[in-house]
Amino acid sequence: MILNRTTLKASLDTQNCKTYIFIADRGESDTGNMSGKPKLHYFNGRGRMEPIRWLLAAAGVEFDECFIEKKEDLTKLQNDGSLLFQQVPMVEIDGMKLVQTRAIMNYIATKYNLCGKDLKERALIDMYVEGTTDLMGMIMYLPFQPADTKEKNLALIIERATTRYFPVYEKALKDHGQDYLVGNKLSWADVHLLEAILMAEECKPDVLSAFPLLQAFKGRISNIPTIKKFLQPGSQRKPPTDEKFVAVVRKIFNI
Amino acid sequence: MSGKPRLTYLNGRGRMEPIRWLLAAAGVEFEEVYLETKEQYDKLIKDGSLLFQQVPLVEIDGMKMVQTRAIMSYIAGKYNLYGKDLKERALIDMYVEGISDLMQMILMFPFSPPDAKEKNLESIKERATNRYFPVFEKVLKQHGQDFLVGNKFSWADVQLMEAILAVEEKVPAVLSGFPQLQVFKTKMSNMPTIKKFLQPGSPRKPPPDAHYVETVLKVRCHTSYVSRSVETLFPAVPEAGQKTFPKCKERAEGHRALTRMGCYTGCSQ
Repeated sequence: MILNRTTLKASLDTQNCKTYIFIADRGESDTGNMSGKPKLHYFNGRGRMEPIRWLLAAAGVEFDECFIEKKEDLTKLQNDGSLLFQQVPMVEIDGMKLVQTRAIMNYIATKYNLCGKDLKERALIDMYVEGTTDLMGMIMYLPFQPADTKEKNLALIIERATTRYFPVYEKALKDHGQDYLVGNKLSWADVHLLEAILMAEECKPDVLSAFPLLQAFKGRISNIPTIKKFLQPGSQRKPPTDEKFVAVVRKIFNI
Repeated sequence: MSGKPRLTYLNGRGRMEPIRWLLAAAGVEFEEVYLETKEQYDKLIKDGSLLFQQVPLVEIDGMKMVQTRAIMSYIAGKYNLYGKDLKERALIDMYVEGISDLMQMILMFPFSPPDAKEKNLESIKERATNRYFPVFEKVLKQHGQDFLVGNKFSWADVQLMEAILAVEEKVPAVLSGFPQLQVFKTKMSNMPTIKKFLQPGSPRKPPPDAHYVETVLKVRCHTSYVSRSVETLFPAVPEAGQKTFPKCKERAEGHRALTRMGCYTGCSQ
């Protein structure tokens, strides 16, 4: 008899064994997370998972990825009970199946000391991250919007980036003159801002032209070894969202 | 200079309501400043009070905090409503984010085009009963405790209580399939700070009405959340078993309807 979770359980049941055995709850989609590394479940593209990849990479944490390529892959995860609210991203980490981007990011940032030294620094980091999240959210949705609204939405993104968001971070760096946004130490806010800058530059290459401190910031943060590595070809960083990715997502969700 | 937190927002629920709930549940008294005109809002921006030119704004402990989640995290952390360790915190975060997605649908509902209202109401009911409430029903059933996380009152409990009441206002019998949540609701209602908040005369705001919608559009301070509205009016993730759902074309219609209503403020148009 092949001994696996199913046969073991069946065997115990037939013997009327009310033995409580702790069997790690593994969905069928789990190909064996024995490496101990976090395992990311998402499409093979940026979307909502990209900031998580950035944060893990910046923290120097290696991770595995399981890509959803067709509807059945997603349905399987949903039916397994792996997705608390039926949605991805999902990250398997430290025995948990974490969902909800912010919850995942909070966990990683705290675990790897990227969220400030006290409640007030954390509050500042949270505010900054929410700002860059709003900006990146606009950019993320752009490829999914109807063609006739793209130009207008792109203009709105650039307008928001240059009049609402980037001025805030430029000023923060100017006011304290330090290398990092909060507490003179690398935090989640810095990683997120770099990601937002690079995404905005993909929309408009000279978007930082009026922000000298952000230009310097970009250079500095890009040179941090873990981040430098993530920015090199062959890393797990995903390319800009293209038609192919849009097609995959549309197909899986029937849109 | 009372030392109490000071909340600046419209005189209505919107994005400030969960913050009011959390402060009230923590037993923290607070003051409120209401935005009624565009001029007031413009002044706040000119003063440099709004980091990203948006409200809610909460002045607390010498900081001018913006961004709902940042504010809530701070309050939860300060008043010990955030679990005892990293893992409990992660659970609370997940629960709160899920509930927040449901609340977002309710938040946007008053701004739906009239011909979409019935459909959106149906979406709210469907999501509450098929996606969100079952999760919390199961959590409570499995551990048999009074509170969602760590056998201790937390942010997650407050948020769930708020969501239950908000959905019930739209779908009165929504808890009929959820006995654990019914018990939970009763228990929460009887906690002294929450009980006080549920009484008339408290800072709790009534459901949004036409006047509130009008004020929001007039003050034009709700840019970011309104522009996200299409995603919430037309949920992007199908239920397991759901074959099709709103097409891209309908989303575009949603965009256009909101644009007609003048909901995309802050744009150069």
